[in-house]
Amino acid sequence: MEQAYGNFLYIVTLLTAGGIYAILALGLNIQWGFTGLFNAGIAGFYAIGAYVSAILTTAPSVRHLGGYEMPYAVSFAAAMIVAGILAWGVGKICLRLRSDYLAIATIGIAEIFRLILKNETWATNGPRGVSQVPKPFESLPEPWNALAFLAMVLITVAVIYILLETARKSPWGRVMTAIRENEPAARAAGKNVARFRMEGFVVGCMLMALAGAFTAHNLKFIGPNVSDPLTATFLVWVMLVVGGSANNKGAILGAFLMWTVWSATELLTSRLPDDWAIRTAYIRIFLIGLVLQIVLQKFPRGILPEQRLTSPAKAPGATGKTVD
Amino acid sequence: MMDIIGDLINFHLIPGIVLGSIYALGAIGLTLTFGILRFANFAHGEIMTLGAYFAWTLVQLTGWHPVAVMPIAMGLTVLVALGIDRGFYKPFRASPTIMLVIASFGMMLMVRSLVQLIWGVQIKTIMPGIQMPLVLFDWLRISPKHIIIVTSAVALMFAVHYLLTYTKIGKAMRAMSDSPELARLTGINTEAVIRATWIIGAALAAAAGALLALDTHIQTMMGFKLLLPVFAATILGGIGRPYGAVVGGLVIGLAEELSSYAWIGDTPLLNPGYKAGVAFAIMVAMLIWRPSGLFRGKVY
Amino acid sequence: MPTLELRNVVGGYGDTQILHGVTITVDPGEIVVIIGPNGAGKSTAIKAVFGLLNLSGGQVLLDGEDITNMPPEQVVRHGVCYVPQTANIFPSLTVEENLEMGAFVREDDFTPRLNEIYELFPPLKEKRRQAAGTLSGGQRQMVAMGKALMLEPRILLLDEPTAGLSPKFRGEIFSIVKTVHEAGTPILMVEQNAKQALRIADRGYVLVDGHNKYTGTGRELLDDSEVAVMFLGGAADGAKDKAGDGAA
Repeated sequence: MEQAYGNFLYIVTLLTAGGIYAILALGLNIQWGFTGLFNAGIAGFYAIGAYVSAILTTAPSVRHLGGYEMPYAVSFAAAMIVAGILAWGVGKICLRLRSDYLAIATIGIAEIFRLILKNETWATNGPRGVSQVPKPFESLPEPWNALAFLAMVLITVAVIYILLETARKSPWGRVMTAIRENEPAARAAGKNVARFRMEGFVVGCMLMALAGAFTAHNLKFIGPNVSDPLTATFLVWVMLVVGGSANNKGAILGAFLMWTVWSATELLTSRLPDDWAIRTAYIRIFLIGLVLQIVLQKFPRGILPEQRLTSPAKAPGATGKTVD
Repeated sequence: MMDIIGDLINFHLIPGIVLGSIYALGAIGLTLTFGILRFANFAHGEIMTLGAYFAWTLVQLTGWHPVAVMPIAMGLTVLVALGIDRGFYKPFRASPTIMLVIASFGMMLMVRSLVQLIWGVQIKTIMPGIQMPLVLFDWLRISPKHIIIVTSAVALMFAVHYLLTYTKIGKAMRAMSDSPELARLTGINTEAVIRATWIIGAALAAAAGALLALDTHIQTMMGFKLLLPVFAATILGGIGRPYGAVVGGLVIGLAEELSSYAWIGDTPLLNPGYKAGVAFAIMVAMLIWRPSGLFRGKVY
Repeated sequence: MPTLELRNVVGGYGDTQILHGVTITVDPGEIVVIIGPNGAGKSTAIKAVFGLLNLSGGQVLLDGEDITNMPPEQVVRHGVCYVPQTANIFPSLTVEENLEMGAFVREDDFTPRLNEIYELFPPLKEKRRQAAGTLSGGQRQMVAMGKALMLEPRILLLDEPTAGLSPKFRGEIFSIVKTVHEAGTPILMVEQNAKQALRIADRGYVLVDGHNKYTGTGRELLDDSEVAVMFLGGAADGAKDKAGDGAA
């Protein structure tokens, strides 16, 4: 009976984390699937969201900024707004250039954020991070607290999904697709390509910040190295590519699927003796990397192919020679 | 007075030149692949890491000086790089370049995790013991390993220069960097050029890694830490401009080391914790002001 | 046997069909010119020879040998050299290095050929160590053509060699083309400056909308009033006052 309850809690935890990754994947999907942008700095915007929300909600502390004790709605909104502003800045510089530059710049940004979070100890408590972050519903008895939080996450995922699907089918979404598939034509048709790109980038980063905020409250702690930022960024990419780029359902599917694989393999390998367990962590990353390469080469459209509104043309991940 | 200047030179200028030489080696390789294969290779940093770890293993096996094993380490790294190209980049030759960027991003994690698996994550030193620096004119302190690093780097740069200027394949590389389409139409063997690019790029990256190992130590994140400054150096110099990459590397290296000097007052100008941000700031400034770089390279 | 033959070639880019059954032949030692309105498929026809399109129908024959859909790197090795309209030199390489690259597939000592090219294009010898990108438009065309000739090709394909050049240089290029031809290389040339091109041509083809419309000797086409009205800017050459050259 205890075993079953333990498993049940594990599944709740699994789904909660999976849901948070789904939000990340949906955010990345706007940027990659719809706008064709390569954001390698997911971890940065995620961290910003986490810290902003944590700082705004924690009790006063000598170790870091705090004491505002704002309600969650405010802290979540603030997290998204701060990330949005930063994304706007990054976008202003890099979006007019090709994707490679954005990739490099976003990795740089993520590193800079991490350095700031680590160095400005007066605000963030440096490497030790911000702890005792309040968690929504924590006053409820077990297991309702975890379930309520899970419900919050899943409802958020659903709401975001509905909003994004509506956007995708709307004129805004059509323009995005047009830009991605034939930018010169879209430009010629008078569309302000830069503005649409920026909108996609900013909204995506705001969602990533929200995911970070959820995580901070979920774990009741946030630090500059909570998870190796690069691995987290990478995982989201794999989720999206495997699940299906340019497909919101695919993003959600990929998130839950890959997270389950990741988590389950961690569970299995944690039973091994210590030094083996550490090594298997690296094997797991290597294998996930290999999965990405195989999917990129053989199944570039992912599990769920793009839902087309019009006739098929260039989709992200499709290999195709460009003839000039 | 001499103290202040000595301080500046010994603890900031010289390390800046040493670091800059290492960045330059990495940047030359990156700018060549960027210019010829037309994509930002995120795995470049990990190639540098591989060079360092191969060198370490060879030193353990042979007991030779790191510089003596460096050619072998470079050779081994080149083999790995060619294998990576064959298995993971070649399938995307005709695809949009963003696919290569994603593949290289995945490669970055694969190589890093393999290194962590094979060698473990403890910090290693390539040459045990501390060397006493040479002292000249009573105030100038130069460590022998710094001399070795800069000399090796310069020698390699000259080798690349010779290759690009006087050999057929080197000229073909420059041609393909100008225009891959025309290179193909001219009958240039593009696969041979691509192979040569990986060979030179990986060899230089491996050397950069081994030399950095000599300068400091070896740890599994060293390649990733080099990635941002090396990218910055490449963009600063101009994509596809190997000589620009040398200048870019030196500028970034010097900027990083000089930024923590106490130019005004007693405290460092920039908190040393933010050293990594210097390269980034320079890169952003270049992207805003002149994306083609100092030597007018490509802008994609 | 014709040196080069396009037989009923059908093809285009992706889903768009541009050539709808085009036939063109170049006999040994000829200069053949392709003219026609924009979008007629002139450049596309040349690219078809060089394997830059996917042909869904028809054949391309080189001295009788089928080279249809052969990739460019192999076409070059079969002795067909192509000078594209734009991006036809390596700007950061010197003039001499450009010519060396032209000889890339040669395994022998190409110095004699290099000297021949310098004799054909004296300004190039003077500027051999200069970066090709710093030369004037006309000189760049010389580099582009010299580069293509390093392989002593069986046939030379030129895509609008005088595009974007001032009238003075146009004349220069046409006389160079004639010189190259006289040195023994057959040439297939696409040109927008139809009048001047036809004057040096042995034969010409007029393409419209991816179809053959007219063909004849250079003289015949120049004298044809219909062709004149459509492409030569007015009355046919024969009917015109000899004093005026007319805009081409």
